[in-house]
Amino acid sequence: MNIFVVILFLAVVVGTVLFHILSPWWFTPLASNWSSIDNAILITFWVTGFVFVALGLFLVYCLWKYQYKKNRKVEYKPENKSLEAILVVVSAIGVIALLAPGLSVWNDYIKVPKGAAKVEVLSYQWGWNFRLPGEDGALGKTSIHNITDDNPYGLDLNDPNGKDDLLVQDADLHLQVGVDVEFLLRSIDVLHNFYVPEFRAKMDMVPGMITFYWFTPTKTGEYEILCAELCGTGHYAMLGTVVVEEESDYSNWLAQQTSFEQILAQNKIKNKTIQLAEK
Amino acid sequence: MPEGDGYDYKIEAKAYTASSSGASVSPAESPDQELYHSKSWWTTYVFSQDAKYIGIQYFCAATAIAVLGLVLSVLMRVQLAYPGLNVLDPSTYYQAITMHGMIMVIFFLTALFLGGFGNFLIPLMCGARDMVFPYVNMMSFWIFLLSLLVLVASYLVPGGPTGAGWTLYPPQVITAGTPGNLWGLVLMLVSIVLFVVGFTMGGLNYVITVLQARTRGMTLMRMPLSVWGIFVATIIALLAFPALLVGGLMLLLDTVLGTSFYMPAIIATSNFGNEVSTEGGSPLLFQHLFWFFGHPEVYIVALPAFGIVSDLISVHARRNIFGYRMMVWAIIAIAALSFIVWAHHMYIAGFTPWFGFFFASTTLMIAIPTGIKMYNWLLTLWRGNIRFTVPMLFALAFFITFLNGGLTGMFMGNVGTDIALSDTYFVVAHFHFTIGIAPVLVVFGAVYHWFPLATGRMLDEGLGKIHFWITFVGAYMIYFPMHYQGLQGVPRRYFEMYNSSQASSSGLNEFITIVTIVVALSQLIFFYNIINSARAGKKAKKNPWDANSLEWQTPEMPPKHGNWGRTLPVVYRWPYDFNVPGASKDYIPQNVSPSQVRGAKAERT
Ligand code: HEM
Ligand SMILES: [Cu+2]
Ligand SMILES: [Cu+2]
Repeated sequence: MNIFVVILFLAVVVGTVLFHILSPWWFTPLASNWSSIDNAILITFWVTGFVFVALGLFLVYCLWKYQYKKNRKVEYKPENKSLEAILVVVSAIGVIALLAPGLSVWNDYIKVPKGAAKVEVLSYQWGWNFRLPGEDGALGKTSIHNITDDNPYGLDLNDPNGKDDLLVQDADLHLQVGVDVEFLLRSIDVLHNFYVPEFRAKMDMVPGMITFYWFTPTKTGEYEILCAELCGTGHYAMLGTVVVEEESDYSNWLAQQTSFEQILAQNKIKNKTIQLAEK
Repeated sequence: MPEGDGYDYKIEAKAYTASSSGASVSPAESPDQELYHSKSWWTTYVFSQDAKYIGIQYFCAATAIAVLGLVLSVLMRVQLAYPGLNVLDPSTYYQAITMHGMIMVIFFLTALFLGGFGNFLIPLMCGARDMVFPYVNMMSFWIFLLSLLVLVASYLVPGGPTGAGWTLYPPQVITAGTPGNLWGLVLMLVSIVLFVVGFTMGGLNYVITVLQARTRGMTLMRMPLSVWGIFVATIIALLAFPALLVGGLMLLLDTVLGTSFYMPAIIATSNFGNEVSTEGGSPLLFQHLFWFFGHPEVYIVALPAFGIVSDLISVHARRNIFGYRMMVWAIIAIAALSFIVWAHHMYIAGFTPWFGFFFASTTLMIAIPTGIKMYNWLLTLWRGNIRFTVPMLFALAFFITFLNGGLTGMFMGNVGTDIALSDTYFVVAHFHFTIGIAPVLVVFGAVYHWFPLATGRMLDEGLGKIHFWITFVGAYMIYFPMHYQGLQGVPRRYFEMYNSSQASSSGLNEFITIVTIVVALSQLIFFYNIINSARAGKKAKKNPWDANSLEWQTPEMPPKHGNWGRTLPVVYRWPYDFNVPGASKDYIPQNVSPSQVRGAKAERT
């Protein structure tokens, strides 16, 4: 009967590896510059996979070889200092081999390249808005205390940089392929996380702080935005789209966006009309 | 104890010196003490002060709440795979993950390992008559029970339990877009506070009993690894729970009095677009406090499991644990490191980027002592004489599960790889392997192993094996595929499972849910086995597994109040003298003196 147990553990080790190889579920095709993240994950798969198979098969071997026999001679050896030392050193080398690619990815991740286009992502329960700098290339200052129905981003009315900012009040962002982007992440209520699986990158958005990450979109197409930090009952439905496109399409889209100034003007007219109507 | 006691141990000590062969047993420094004996039915069976009995009470209460945790997980899985059935809505789903997570980690596993196994095993394995403060120990259980009642009561208050996830992150936990953001949250926090108070009473007992009440000859380096694991885990818990306590108390103030410890100025759409009148608080502060507790917490669960599984493997493989001293140092090293890694749960929480380097390095360093434990378990099996008993089967299942879960920790703990995998199903798979399934497998192994000591009867082996196969194979099939959903980018904590356009996982979701139902139902076999065997199981012979540790050496089985009858045992060796060359049997219990086994060439321990 013991043999079934040996087979069970062999099957678990072999099955794990087979599942890994045959799984149809795998990375989504990469659409950003973060191939280094994928590579670090693959290196980790190789190293940990090797350890798993080695220890797993050794376990199976022991189970098969040392099944209970009445008069088996069992080794009595409480310690083996040199073996233990070797194992410590080997493990330490393995850890360093894994740490190196991981830390190097992080080092790139937190260093935004100069000249990256800035995009503000504003999150709320439960949706996404965006803000792009206008001609001047600079985003205007904001404060949560400035937020009103007429000024949904809380822009500072006295900051000239803000006047031409383009407000995308829709969960639909367009990006130009090949251009570095720095996301400035803001939340007006609770934690959220701006995540697009194809880009690999993510970061929490924390009310009261501006967090960031950067990447370069490398493949045109339409990708889904997912919220990756629990933010209340609407969390699972807090979706949106990012469209990565060539320069010409991108300029067209950009031309259709309205600036803060235009919105203020529209609101003025609207408010006037409401006032008139009320009279 | 009767007056004769002092006389008894003098004789033993003398008998020992005469045959001294290296190991030393110092004479008792203080005389044995009389225990409080219960006088009524109530104080014997309900308000018991006997650690063994309190351990069993803890075990039963923790298991009962785990059943609720399990039912919630089945409901969640049904919702994810069969959304059309509408068994849950978003609010109840998020309440279910919160209650499930909290229950499983704190109220089930922490209470079970420390309160349950700690109470049952520490005095018996150390050769003590009871815990050092039996009355406080009793209080510990009743406060724990009260905390459970408060927790469950949150299903009865307006709004139901909190649905903010077991991490209770503000501001979300307080704002109106989350269910149970007032009463549910208050009850959750009160329940946690009670738990910490109750645990501290028990925890002081476990630590002091280990330090003060060991019998003669039981040096620290002769303690079974089960005791080491529980002892060190308790120390971690005594240091880590205060962070949760203060974190929770400030959250309570933010909730009830509207203070701003964690609340910045926000405009909650769910509060009908009104600005919430808070200002200047830091959501990250809570995360730091929570994880300063939360990371050590996983070792509070893991270390007792490590310890117990070491003993199960050694006893059932009939071989000394390999590298005992390294095993002890590994436990201590893991415990120390566990306090400087907490922010690996916050790589993408928006903290200072430079933290990433530090916390990734410390986190991966833990792999070294953990690796040592894995190797040493294997080297214990190697050249052993393995009995495939039910406890051994569960120990082996633990090994492979924890091996897998520990290795996926290398993905999560490393900051660069975590960016892509954090907050996806990869995390769900990883932590269920390591702190969900693996420790529970050890619990099962431990129950099959020590049931005879608690009841005097054996659990049915056939049913045990069926239970083992379904639970182990099933649990592995539930969680292993989830890693790959995570790789695909499926986020965790989604009421509707996200279906990537790249490769649909709807068939997989249904498969996982069906296996979950089978595994959950198979636990009935286990409960049936326990109830039936406690009444009518095969009578256990004394020391049924031929183990060495002291708990099997009590004059009666199950042991009576006071454990040791007239005289305390004296310990001459470590608990791992299996198959010592020259010995007539394949095991030498700890209280067998060298003169009784003259031919045996045991190493000095
Ligand atoms: C067969 C048994 C179990 C099943 C089927 C199960 C299932 C689940 C499910 C479906 C979730 C929610 C996933 C999500 O939506 O993100 C979850 C979360 C969780 N489970 Fe389990 N679970 C089981 C056992 C355990 C055990 C034994 C533990 C003990 C530590 C545990 C700890 C947790 C934790 C901490 C969470 C996270 C809750 C949160 O996101 O706030 N589970 N589990
Ligand atoms: Cu969210
Ligand atoms: Cu951790």
